[in-house]
Amino acid sequence: MIKLTINGKAHQLDVAPDTPLLWALRDTLQMTGTKYGCGQALCGACTVHVDGTPVRACTTPVSAVVGRKIRTIEAVDSERVGKVVQEAWRKLDVVQCGYCQSGQIMSAVALLSQNRKPTDADIDNAMSGNLCRCATYVRVRAAIHEAAKALA
Amino acid sequence: MSEIIIENLSRRRFLQGSAGLTLGFCLPAVAAAAAGKLGAVATVNTEINAFLKIGADNSVTVMSKHLEMGQGTYTGLATILADELDADWAHVRVEGAPADAKRYNNTFWGPSQGTGGSTAMANSWDQMRKAGAAGRAMLVSAAAKRWNVGAAEIVVRDGVVSHAGSGRKASFGELALDAAREAVPTEVKLKDPKDFRLIGKQAKRKDSAAKTNGTAQFTQDVFLPGMLVAVVAHPPQFGATVKSFDASKAKAIKGVVDVVQIPQGVAVLATDTWSAKKGRDALSVSWDDSKAFKLGSDEILAKYKEMAKKPGLIAANKGDTAKTFAGAAKVVSASFDFPYLAHAAMEPMNCVVHLKADGCEVWNGEQFQTVDQGRVAAVFGLKPEQVRLNMLYAGGSFGRRASTHSDYVMEAAHIVKAINGKAPVKLVWLREDDMRGGYYRPLFHHTLEAALDGSGKLVGWHHRLVGQSILTGSPFEAVMVKDGIDHVSVEGASNLPYAIPNLLVDLHTPTDIGVPVLWWRSVGSSHTAYSTEVFLDQVAAAMGKDPVALRLELLSEHPKHAGVLKLAAEKANWGTPLKAAPGERRGRGVAVHESFNSFVAQVAEVTVKKDGSIKVDRVVCAVDCGTAINPDNIRSQVEGAVGFALSAALSGEITLKGGRVEQGNFDGYPLLRIGDMPKVEVHIVPSSAAPTGIGEPGVPPLAPAVANAIAAATGKFLTKLPFNTTELVA
Ligand code: FES
Ligand code: FES
Repeated sequence: MIKLTINGKAHQLDVAPDTPLLWALRDTLQMTGTKYGCGQALCGACTVHVDGTPVRACTTPVSAVVGRKIRTIEAVDSERVGKVVQEAWRKLDVVQCGYCQSGQIMSAVALLSQNRKPTDADIDNAMSGNLCRCATYVRVRAAIHEAAKALA
Repeated sequence: MSEIIIENLSRRRFLQGSAGLTLGFCLPAVAAAAAGKLGAVATVNTEINAFLKIGADNSVTVMSKHLEMGQGTYTGLATILADELDADWAHVRVEGAPADAKRYNNTFWGPSQGTGGSTAMANSWDQMRKAGAAGRAMLVSAAAKRWNVGAAEIVVRDGVVSHAGSGRKASFGELALDAAREAVPTEVKLKDPKDFRLIGKQAKRKDSAAKTNGTAQFTQDVFLPGMLVAVVAHPPQFGATVKSFDASKAKAIKGVVDVVQIPQGVAVLATDTWSAKKGRDALSVSWDDSKAFKLGSDEILAKYKEMAKKPGLIAANKGDTAKTFAGAAKVVSASFDFPYLAHAAMEPMNCVVHLKADGCEVWNGEQFQTVDQGRVAAVFGLKPEQVRLNMLYAGGSFGRRASTHSDYVMEAAHIVKAINGKAPVKLVWLREDDMRGGYYRPLFHHTLEAALDGSGKLVGWHHRLVGQSILTGSPFEAVMVKDGIDHVSVEGASNLPYAIPNLLVDLHTPTDIGVPVLWWRSVGSSHTAYSTEVFLDQVAAAMGKDPVALRLELLSEHPKHAGVLKLAAEKANWGTPLKAAPGERRGRGVAVHESFNSFVAQVAEVTVKKDGSIKVDRVVCAVDCGTAINPDNIRSQVEGAVGFALSAALSGEITLKGGRVEQGNFDGYPLLRIGDMPKVEVHIVPSSAAPTGIGEPGVPPLAPAVANAIAAATGKFLTKLPFNTTELVA
């Protein structure tokens, strides 16, 4: 049994310790907001927060996050930065297919939690691990600036 | 769950009476009660017509017959209907329609339901307007009866029906049941476009909320009781088959439930994805490659270059090119190479199939309902209507889910068949399965020649293309392949808009290449726009003419091309100098292209560094896609198209060696990242013409505009994709 704290709630999971957090979330807990895109930390679709830091869940074994605070897209609006980012995303209609967007938002929230006034270069840097095949990047950038404004 | 059935025969008459327009009012109106979540009050949802349900809670549900794969279709269709209905946009929601070719066919495709070719808005425009207007008329007559007033005195606005004289008012929800009993009007009056309140305005996307909180449901997110997850060992080469396999190690893995052979390979079924993947990794399969395709992409290209030396089948012929070239004062020539491209949608292909006693249910980012339905039915010996398709959000498609051969859907069906339907199955392709699964944009080789006469005028154009046919062997072959010419191999080339008196376009279609190919966002135009627009700039350089000026001269008979070209050039300050930092070279390039009846011109501004690396700084786009149903979505689609096309130009390439695909994930097949995304400006030409598509048309002009900008900066025209920037080292 693996004990994980996800979005403030304790969970007991009957999975092998090497199981990636991504599949534990998706298949065991059916928390499907976190997405699979590559399985190799190449696309960022699976981004979650571990103790506030963005982490690729597809290459993070559950054994590595026992006792840590895990936060997923499902609870992104439980604190202010997350809520503001989500609102900015909606205001600018950033999404297209939407499949990458949980990961984009989790990365954006992590950025803005650290840096309230990111420049374009800061954004490009923080978001470089999040692929969007629909190429919504123009709006991702704009929405992060929008959220930064709202947080100021 | 309460259910009220209302028979309304006039629906049929409406269907028949509406001059060729299928509104699909052919079912009795079913007021299906959508039982809410636990404890919530059940909401009665009344079906007004095939595209519209109104809830007692005033919700307006628009049924989308088209797939939402990012292109904004759900929002667009709802906008059209809701405007004519005079609904309150805040109350409008969208639901994926079930597969039903009678009610929900693509009106451009005859009796077939599906999404593609940027047709969703275009084929639905009249249909959704009429559906909305009919619904409005029925609400009005219901209110007129209830209040005993004249229908003409009733006003509908933002979901409220009111009568000024008597001061009476009712919401849509209050009138819905009565409205459904009203006769469906045989003719409906559509709004004058000046009265549109949603069309052409900024209606917000309907899927933004669900796609920003993790609740949007993709096929990947489907879980059914007892469902197994299947991961499949696919053959390493196209055409190879299973010789034998040893599943003992795979079966020893916790969670693995079964291992079965299917026509597509060997499927490992497990309780969850990770166990299924581990099972597949532990599987040992030996493959029979006696029928496998074993060439590499270099060998394919070499073969195409040989073929290009001989004349092909004629796709377009005007004037006398032989004579023109023989007498030419100057001939300009070039050849172009285009690689195989993977769609690489963010959500790898997947499909859920559940065989039941009375039929089969499928969950899929469903793009070709009628085709898939028929094929799945055949696997199980069912009638097509016994296959229920649930259309879920697709995490991108770019053509991939519109599979001419229903490839991954068939794979899922065969797995379920192999286990005798004992459990519902979710087929999951891992990224590598998706990237190596074929159905690529075909590899192409083009040669072009232009003839200039003694006065320097462009008088002859010869374009030869070599590449696999997408449609031969598909259900669309009969309609779209004529006299050996696959229309989508030459689109964009055979209908070259430029006024050149002598033009010849010919095509070679190799038939012995075993790599499955498919439409990839903008299809033929993904390569023809490049070769024609870059070559035209080469010709302009040879003539000493400005690329915009030459195009405008040659577009005298194509005002829409000319219109977007002028607009893009003007907004980009074409002709003014670009500042470059020391050691950098900068240039502007232009391209214009029509695809799917929409017209797009783009001007790219590019910086080329000393080491040859390039940065696209800005792309100015001008678009004419008829009535702009949702201008913000048009901008969004064109921005995305710029990034999608730039990704291919900079790094998109699937290569084969010995028949094996060399790329498997985003390390080998890199996609554009945010740092390489240019600034994008989108200008929309005002138009009152019927809307045309915008999902694809932003793609074709981008790569040639960038290539022409690179040439403006460096003097070097890149003729091979993806760009080889070592050619640009200063
Ligand atoms: S799925 Fe984890 S980075 Fe792609
Ligand atoms: S919105 Fe489609 S991949 Fe990002």
